[in-house]
Amino acid sequence: MRAFAVELAVYAVLVTCYFFLVLHLLGEWLYRLETQHRYIYAGVAILLIAGQAVVLDAVTTLLFRLLRGRWR
Amino acid sequence: MFFPISHADINPIYLAIIGFLIGILGGFFGVGGSFIAGPALRLMGVDWNYAVGTDLAHIVGKSIVAAKQHRALGNVDLKLGLIMALGTIGGAECGAQLIQALKRSGHVNTVVSYVAIVVYTGIAAFMLWESQKTLRTYKSPSKISGGIDPKKDRSAFGPVTRTIQRLKIWPMIALPTSGITISLWTIVLVAFVGGLFSGFLGGGAGYIRMPSMVYVLGVPTHLAVGTDLFEIVISASYGTITHAIKGNVDILIALVMHTGAVIGAQIGVVATQYFTGPKIRLAFVPLPLIGAAIVIYTLMTGHKL
Repeated sequence: MRAFAVELAVYAVLVTCYFFLVLHLLGEWLYRLETQHRYIYAGVAILLIAGQAVVLDAVTTLLFRLLRGRWR
Repeated sequence: MFFPISHADINPIYLAIIGFLIGILGGFFGVGGSFIAGPALRLMGVDWNYAVGTDLAHIVGKSIVAAKQHRALGNVDLKLGLIMALGTIGGAECGAQLIQALKRSGHVNTVVSYVAIVVYTGIAAFMLWESQKTLRTYKSPSKISGGIDPKKDRSAFGPVTRTIQRLKIWPMIALPTSGITISLWTIVLVAFVGGLFSGFLGGGAGYIRMPSMVYVLGVPTHLAVGTDLFEIVISASYGTITHAIKGNVDILIALVMHTGAVIGAQIGVVATQYFTGPKIRLAFVPLPLIGAAIVIYTLMTGHKL
C-alpha cells in the first residue's frame, strides 16, 4: 500500500510535466493537422494514444517494481 | 485549459480524475467506461460528437493496458476476441454513419441523449434482476482453495444461453478457452450490435458487449471481462480512426484522460481476482445508472455544471 502511494505521487509529478509538454508542444500542431489534414490526423491520433499507453504502462510497471523492491 | 480542437475549456486535473475512475471500472468490469466518460465530457460542455469520438480514442489507450494485465491472468479468449472484432467494426461504422446523419440534421445531442438514457437504464435493470436471482439461487459460489475459480460461473439466464448455444447454424466455432461451441453468426451478431452502440453512443460498448458475452454466448464472466477489453482495443482503434476522419476526435483531451486511466486500470484488474461472476455483475448495475443520471441532468439543465 505504501509502495503504491509513493508510485502514485511519483507518477503524478511525471504526468504533470507531461501535461505541459503534450499540451504546449503538440497542441497547436495537432489543431492545424485536424483542420487541414484529417487522414494524417487520424493516424497520428491512434499512434499517440497507443504509444502513450505502452510507455505509461512501462513507466508504472517499472516504478512499482522499483518501489516494491525498496520497501521489501 | 483551452482545448482548441473541440473548443472546450476544461481543467486537465478533472480529466485525469475521470480517467482514473474509468480506469478502475474498466479493469474491473471490462468495459470502456463510456457511460461515464461520454456524459462527463458532455458535462464540461463538449459536444456529443466530440465526446463520442474522443472517448473512443481514450479507450484505446486504456484497454491496451487493461487487456495486457488480463492476458497475464489468463482471462482473454483470443479466438473469440478476433472473431468479435470483425462484427464490431461493421456495427461501429453503421453507428458512426448514424451520428453523421444526426449531426447534419442538427439533432445529435437530443437523440443520442434519449437513446443513452433508455439503453443505460435497461442494461442496469436487467443485470440487477439476473445477478440477484443468480445469487439467490446459488447461495454458495464455487471456490477452489486460495481463490475463485473463474471457469465456474452461474447465471439465472443460463437456460436461455444454452438454447442459443444449441442453435446449429453453420459454421459452428469451438472456443476451448471459454469452454463453449457456438455458431459464428451468433458471435458476429452480438459483436455487430455492440459495435453499433459503440459507434452511436461512444466508447467500446462494453456495457452491451460484456453482458451479451455472458448471457447470450455463455462466456464465463472473468473471461468475458478480459476478452471484451482485448476486442475493444481493435474495435475502438477502428472507431477512433473513422471518427477522427469525420472530425469528432480531440486527441489532446483523450491523452490527458488516459494518464489517469493507466493507474486506475491496474487497480481494477487486480480487484477482479477477489470476486465471483454474479457479484461482479451485481456491482456493475449502478454504473450505467450513473451515466443515465448525468445525461438526464445535462438534458434538464441544458448546460454544464
